[in-house]
Amino acid sequence: MSAQTRNNQSIVRKLLLLTVAMFGFGYALVPLYDVFCDITGINGKTGERVETSSQVVDKSRLITVQFVASLNENMPWEFTPVVNQIQVHPGESTKIEYRARNKTDFEIIGQAVPSVAPGQAADYFKKTECFCFTEQKLAANEEKLMPVIFTVDSDLPEHIKELTLSYTFFNKSSSEETEKLTHNHNMNHDQEI
Amino acid sequence: MSDAHHDHKPTGIGRWLFSTNHKDIGTMYLWFSLTMLFVGGTMALIIRAELFQPGLQIVEPEFFNQMTTLHGLIMVFGVIMPAFVGLANWQVPMMIGAPDMALPRMNNWSFWLLPTAFSMLVASLIMSIMGMGSAPNFGWTFYAPLSTTFAPASTDYFIFSVHLLGISSVMGALNIIATIMNMRAPGMTYMKMPIFVWTWFITAYLLIAVMPVLAAAVTMMLTDRNFGTSFFSAAGGGDPLLFQHVFWFFGHPEVYIMILPAFGVVSQIIPTFARKKLFGYTSMVYATASIAFLSFIVWAHHMVTTGMPVAAELFFMYATMLIAIPTGVKVFNWVSTMWRGSLTFETPMLFAIAFVVLFTIGGFTGLMLAIAPADFQYQDTYFVVAHFHYVLVTGSLFTIMAAVYYWIPKWTGNMYDEKLGKVHFWLTCISANVLFFPMHFVGLAGMPRRIPDYSIQFTEFNQMASIGAFVFGFSQLLFLYIVIKAIKGGNKATTEVWEGAEGLEFTLPSPAPFHSFTTPPQVK
Repeated sequence: MSAQTRNNQSIVRKLLLLTVAMFGFGYALVPLYDVFCDITGINGKTGERVETSSQVVDKSRLITVQFVASLNENMPWEFTPVVNQIQVHPGESTKIEYRARNKTDFEIIGQAVPSVAPGQAADYFKKTECFCFTEQKLAANEEKLMPVIFTVDSDLPEHIKELTLSYTFFNKSSSEETEKLTHNHNMNHDQEI
Repeated sequence: MSDAHHDHKPTGIGRWLFSTNHKDIGTMYLWFSLTMLFVGGTMALIIRAELFQPGLQIVEPEFFNQMTTLHGLIMVFGVIMPAFVGLANWQVPMMIGAPDMALPRMNNWSFWLLPTAFSMLVASLIMSIMGMGSAPNFGWTFYAPLSTTFAPASTDYFIFSVHLLGISSVMGALNIIATIMNMRAPGMTYMKMPIFVWTWFITAYLLIAVMPVLAAAVTMMLTDRNFGTSFFSAAGGGDPLLFQHVFWFFGHPEVYIMILPAFGVVSQIIPTFARKKLFGYTSMVYATASIAFLSFIVWAHHMVTTGMPVAAELFFMYATMLIAIPTGVKVFNWVSTMWRGSLTFETPMLFAIAFVVLFTIGGFTGLMLAIAPADFQYQDTYFVVAHFHYVLVTGSLFTIMAAVYYWIPKWTGNMYDEKLGKVHFWLTCISANVLFFPMHFVGLAGMPRRIPDYSIQFTEFNQMASIGAFVFGFSQLLFLYIVIKAIKGGNKATTEVWEGAEGLEFTLPSPAPFHSFTTPPQVK
């Protein structure tokens, strides 16, 4: 084997390693992206549960908080906020409720994913209690009120006067029954067309 | 005796199918690219025909979307990239004094993956025309969830096609790096390499760095579509915005992959016809390397309207504007090379000068787009279309044509028809501007891209663009004719070909022998 062939092989080996590493990096972007959003608090993702905050209530400001509920396409529930919007002072602990009802004849486990808009406000929206912290189970045709206790941090930037808290409920039970139901639902839908 | 052995060429179709010769493979790359130019060009003409008038005339909106998608994919992956790889195959060994590429068998494989990949992609269009579902219709940037949840079944063809293209590009890049690092003639240090070789050396590294990221993105799409993962689906805890980050991490270096070799070509041609040495060789090398580095930290300027925080927008805005500095260094170097040179204006030089002017216009519109607050207006309008066609058509494609005119006497041993070449240049240059310049205006006035219909106030500019498009498209048949004519015969080219030509490839006889340098030349 000539020196040149050996050199070629060593270069190719290194470059192939780089290729594989970059393929891995493509996948590593997924957790990196999440971590980055987590640290910087962008993307509207709200933080984990916080302990009751002993903040001073800032009576001089009034923030409008709106509530939005939506369902993933595979989620056969009804889901609405009990009140659509309220006004709170920063630092004040407030309790609101959402109403969810399972429209099917079988039990379904759901998981709600919260999001706050505008994204910059996400870090200042503190939840001490939320139905989104755990999975929610609803029996057939069961209806339930789901509470959220939150505080808007008094450090909230001055220019933000309105916040929107939205939840999307996802179907967590991967039972065949749910699939069959979704399927039937689609079939009905097709017939309507 | 040994000469007879070296000049032995395999014959028949086997010569091409099993070829390990850098010139034959380069030729195949270039012919493939020209073929795809006509395929993708036909799609562009369908788009322009539909846009000749407001309202829907010729094609259904669904088919229009397939046209914009496939036009983009074919022009990027099937025309510009293979053409530059073809040029690298032909020229790099000759320019560094090597007998062939370092890994000739892999070279064969990386070429033959290309027709395979495009057969799959075009098959999806043929099936669409035959009424069996839609071809990919989500734009060449294939944003999720359009390309995952809402995509046609043929998307899986597209995914595998991109995988094959990626493998092909990475192998091509590996080969070019190994050739350049390992097979330079004695005495040719890195800083004596021709600029075309330098730009390809850097481009090859870019390819190896980002094509695997694209492969990762389409693999995530594949598993999202078929195997229940949710990388890009919020329903399963993923994020559609993640797709854009992964895609543009590939996508921005990709646009430099398509322009850096063009810089190299122009840096070869201008000194020849100015009869002067390239001005600022060292700064050219460093400018190329800086552009390559910067390309990795600007990707999110494609995403300023996605709701990024202002700090991130500012970072990407300034980083993007920084690219204007090394690019400006290059433009000034080309102009300085021409300054007080004994200029002559043969066809390659005309294309090279047109490149310098028109690419700079594309660069300036790029700067406008880089301004984050202004980008909110320009995003997804025809202004963006005008910008990237100026850098890709009057930029990359013009230099590919310049390169063909410049080196075809060396490849075939015959001069091309200079008169026809000039006719081709003027037709191409004027029609390209008639085609793309009005797009700036309709874009600024708010005409969105990728839409088959538009408001009537955009009619005149769109008609100008469409007329330009048809002239531009049919002018390329003249290019095809000129190339065939040069292959068939013509005035014999000398060894130097051009009066002011320098470089090792112009020490080889014309046409260049089947094996370039069997004994390495000594470079002083």
